[in-house]
Amino acid sequence: MTNSVWVYVDQFKGAALPASWETLGAAKKLAGELGTGVTAIVLGHNVEGIAKETFYYGADAVTLCDDATLADFRVRPYAAVLAKLADDAKPQVVLGPATTRARDVFGFVAVDFESGTISDATALALKDGAAYVTRPVYAGKLIGTAVCKDRRPQLITLRPRAFPKPEPDASRSGEINNVPAVLKEDEIATKVVDYAIEEGKVSLTDAKIIVSGGRGVGGPEGFAPVRALAETLGGALGASRAAVDAGWIPYSHQVGQTGKTVSPDLYVACGISGAIQHQAGMRTAKLIVAINKDKEAPIFKLARYGVVGDLFQIVPALTAEFKKRLGK
Amino acid sequence: MLNAVATGQAAFSFSFIEEAHLNIVVCIKQTPDTAAKVEVKDGHVTWGDSPLVVNPWDEFAVEEAIRLKEKHGGKVIAISLGPETAREALKQAVAMGSDEAYLVSDPVLKGSDVLATSRALAKAIGKIDGVDLVLFGKQAIDGDTGQTAIATARRLGWSPLTYVAKIAEIDPAARTIKVERLLEEGRQTVTSKLPAVISVVKEINEPRYPSFMGIRKASKLAIPIWSAADIGVEAGQVGLAGSGVAWPEIMPLPAREAVCEFVEGASPAEVAAKLADKLAAEKVV
Repeated sequence: MTNSVWVYVDQFKGAALPASWETLGAAKKLAGELGTGVTAIVLGHNVEGIAKETFYYGADAVTLCDDATLADFRVRPYAAVLAKLADDAKPQVVLGPATTRARDVFGFVAVDFESGTISDATALALKDGAAYVTRPVYAGKLIGTAVCKDRRPQLITLRPRAFPKPEPDASRSGEINNVPAVLKEDEIATKVVDYAIEEGKVSLTDAKIIVSGGRGVGGPEGFAPVRALAETLGGALGASRAAVDAGWIPYSHQVGQTGKTVSPDLYVACGISGAIQHQAGMRTAKLIVAINKDKEAPIFKLARYGVVGDLFQIVPALTAEFKKRLGK
Repeated sequence: MLNAVATGQAAFSFSFIEEAHLNIVVCIKQTPDTAAKVEVKDGHVTWGDSPLVVNPWDEFAVEEAIRLKEKHGGKVIAISLGPETAREALKQAVAMGSDEAYLVSDPVLKGSDVLATSRALAKAIGKIDGVDLVLFGKQAIDGDTGQTAIATARRLGWSPLTYVAKIAEIDPAARTIKVERLLEEGRQTVTSKLPAVISVVKEINEPRYPSFMGIRKASKLAIPIWSAADIGVEAGQVGLAGSGVAWPEIMPLPAREAVCEFVEGASPAEVAAKLADKLAAEKVV
C-alpha cells in the first residue's frame, strides 16, 4: 500500500524531537480522514531505533535512510533523499516539525517540485483533499489560513507544542524499508567541523514551562532567582530582548520577534513589561503569569495571573514554595 | 565634494584587490514597523499610518554585508522585491553603506510566496556578475516563513548556510567560508564553498545607524527598477499564479480571554502559596 501522508521525522544525534511525534499524531489524523496511512521518513546515521519508535507513535510504514553522510544534518544530502523518495512515490502531503532543519529541507524540496511550502502550522483541517493550514502571521498579530493549491506534495511544518503528542504504543511494529543515500560525501560541499551543544538545558521550543526575565532583573546576576525558579519547575530559561541586548544573558534565550517563538503550558514573565515584540514570541502560551512592579505594564493584559511587586522577593518565594510542594 | 572622495576610495580598493574582493548581494524586504497595529479590513491586511521599515532581521544582513566589504574589499548590492515604496528600504541599506541598489518591482510579482519570490530573486541575482555571497535576514516579520533564503540557495545551486550567528572565516581567493550556525541544540560550525547563500540571526552583529554621508548618498543614488521582463521571468512563473501557496483567509487574532487576576498577600510567601495553589488547580505545574 502506498501511503499518501508522510512525516519527516526530525532527529538530533540519534534522538527524535518530541515535535516529531506531535507531527506524527497530526499526520495520523489527516491520513485517517483521507483514508490512507502514514509513512515516516527517518534520515540519519545509527537511527534504526528511531525507525522502530515511529511505529509506537502511529506510523504505518517507515522508510529509513541510514548513512554516514547523514550523521550530521546538512540540508543538501537530507533534502536529496526526501526529494528522491517523493519523486518515486508521489505523496500528497509531507509534514514535519517547524525546526530549523525541517524548514530548510522543505524549502529545498519545494523548489525541486515547484510545489508549496507552509511553515509553522498551529492547526490543520482537510477540505477537498487539501490540508488547510492555520498559522499566525504578522508576528502573531493575525491568523491566516494557507493552502497548497494544486501543486503536490504539500510541504507543511507544524509549530512545536501546537499539536498533542500521541501516547506511544510499544506493541506496534512494522517493516522498515531501507533506502540508500543519494549524494556521496565528495559531492557535499558543506562539512560540519564542530557542534557545541548546550548541555543540560531545556530547549525553549520544547519546554512545557518557561520562566523569563526582562529589564526588571537589573543585571546578569539578577537572572539567578529566575533561573532557580525555572530549574525547580523543570522549565527553560527565557529572556526579553532588553535583557539580551544589555548583555545579561545570551541571545539563545531570547523570546520574541527577533528571538524564539514559544508555546509552553506556563509562561512566567519576571520583570518583563511585555512590549509587542515580546508578545509576538509568547502570546500562544496556554497560561501566562506576570510578576512586575508596574501595575500598568502591558504584560498584565495577556496574563491570567499577576503579581504586582518586587520580583526579587516574589520569585524566590515561589521557588521555595514549589521546592516544598515538588519535594525537591 | 565629500561624496566624490568616498566614491574614489571605493573605486580604488575595488581595483587594487580585484583578486580577492567580495561581491555581496543583500536581499531585504520592506515590512510594517514592529510596533504597527496590524488589522484586517475588507479581507485585506492594513497597518494604518504606521511606517514601513526594513525588516528587522534584514538589518543584520545589511550590516554583515557592509562589515565583510570593509574587511575584504568589494561591494554590497542591495536588492528588494516589492512595490515602489520598498525603494525607501533600499535607501536605508545604501545609507548604511551599500554601494548599489535595485528594486525588483512589477505588478505581476504581487502575491509571490516562497517559491515565486525565490525564483524572482535568483533571477535578479543572476543579472549581477561575480556574486560571491548572498545575505538574507532569518525571516521576514510579516510572513514569518523563513524559507526564502534556503529556496533561493536551491535555485542558484549555491551553498546554503542558514541561521548564521558568525562568519568566522572567509577566503575569497580560495573560495571557502566557515560559519557558526545557531540551531535548536547549540552552535554548529561548518565550512563550505563560495558562492554561498546565507541567512543571519540577530546575534551576528549590531546594525549601525545610517551616517550623514550615507544618507546624502542614498538621496542621490539612482535605484533602477527591474521588471519581471528585465529579470527574465514570465507572469505565470511569479506572483499568485507562480506561487504554490494561497491564503484563502486572514483574520484578526481571537481576543485572549484572560482577564488578569491579581494575587495579593501580606508577605511574599503568602503570595507565592496562593499563586502556587492557582497554578496547581490549572494543572500547569
